[in-house]
Amino acid sequence: MYGAGYIFDEPNRKPLPEQQDDPEKLAVFEARIARGEKIEPGDWMPAEYRRQLIRLIEQHAHSEIIGALPEGTWITRAPGFKRKLALIAKVQDEIGHGQLLYNAAETLGKSRETMINDLLSGKSKYSNVFNYPAKTWADVAVIGFLIDAAAIVNQVANSKGSYGPYCRALERICYEESFHLKQGHDAFIELATGTPAQRTMLQDALNRWWQPIMHFFGPPDKASSHSEKLMQWKVKMASNDDMRNQFLDMYVPKIWELGLTLPDPALKKNEETKKWEYTDPDWNEFFKVINGGGPCNEERLQVRKWAEENGRWVRKALMQPGDKKAFPVA
Amino acid sequence: MSNDSLDPRVNRLKLGNAGEAVRVEEGENWNSYEVFHQEKRGAHHEHVGCVHAPNRELALIFAKEQFARRKKCVNLWVVRSADILAFDVEDEDMFANNAEKNYRDASGFKVMEKINKYKQSKK
Repeated sequence: MYGAGYIFDEPNRKPLPEQQDDPEKLAVFEARIARGEKIEPGDWMPAEYRRQLIRLIEQHAHSEIIGALPEGTWITRAPGFKRKLALIAKVQDEIGHGQLLYNAAETLGKSRETMINDLLSGKSKYSNVFNYPAKTWADVAVIGFLIDAAAIVNQVANSKGSYGPYCRALERICYEESFHLKQGHDAFIELATGTPAQRTMLQDALNRWWQPIMHFFGPPDKASSHSEKLMQWKVKMASNDDMRNQFLDMYVPKIWELGLTLPDPALKKNEETKKWEYTDPDWNEFFKVINGGGPCNEERLQVRKWAEENGRWVRKALMQPGDKKAFPVA
Repeated sequence: MSNDSLDPRVNRLKLGNAGEAVRVEEGENWNSYEVFHQEKRGAHHEHVGCVHAPNRELALIFAKEQFARRKKCVNLWVVRSADILAFDVEDEDMFANNAEKNYRDASGFKVMEKINKYKQSKK
């Protein structure tokens, strides 16, 4: 998990003017990307490319860390020893992914401490889906199956992007995600083919998660600003609507074949255009939740703050202030 | 914060006020170490990524946790990122090979032609 198509930017923020960048260097940089070459940490890069990548990778990292919380809640209550082991392993992977991504972001010059402070102060965001509660075990199955699947669609696309350290981190992440998706699918199928009570529980979880899942890839393309440059620079690899469509194409049939329903009567594939049609989810709700108004925003950040404060004495006791410091090199 | 989390462990934490600022100090997340992974005996150690650690002994332990959870591994190295010396990536053109360097390659030495010519002349 847990890259999301939608990466929060400060409202009304204008891209940094390209005039700041040396046009000759910019041309070399863009030609390199057009040839399919990777950009590495020591390379010259436009200021806006650096800023956008930090924003993207940092928020991806925060999403991994925060995303472990709703699932972590269920470790103590997982049904059976095998599911408990798998869930512990998955949650550990997510925290590991967060660290890989913080390292990739650090190669661009923002320290991990600053990123964590920006998370705690609310300045930088994480994937909106984690501001919703995991009420039952069926929620864990829906997250493990469908939200991981959505994240994989996004991450596989991003792993073909232009920034070397991010691509390398994503390759490792995608490899581990394949296990997450499989164990999520297994838990999902177990409930879907189980007792009437289990099916009811799963259907209820699907109904509650459908809107956040539709929100996952971000607002429709027509509402999204300045993504053309990001596509050219291979920071953004596919449009929000294209990724959403790819996800629907892969997973809606897998849900319907189990006799489960999705809470959108308009959802269907247009056989002529090969595109999925659906009711636009409530985007006002999306922005309300991003800006702190969701059911779990407060709890998620409070738990992170608690962890930072209560772990501080350990980190401080081990600090080596005289040590020569540097950011990761690759 | 009202005690209404679904997670009993969260409720037991008695979390503070949402408005309270918490700041992590610079250096509190320690230093960066590069990690090199050896997949099997006899193979090279390959760079796989980084960990943050206060010293190299703990960096090794974190590296094992981060990079040897699944795939085969027989050994790991760690080294402080600050101790890596590398060429400037902008200078990569200095590694370009030119045509005159074939005296360094096996393909730069052709003997069969001479051998065949010699054998021909002896017939």
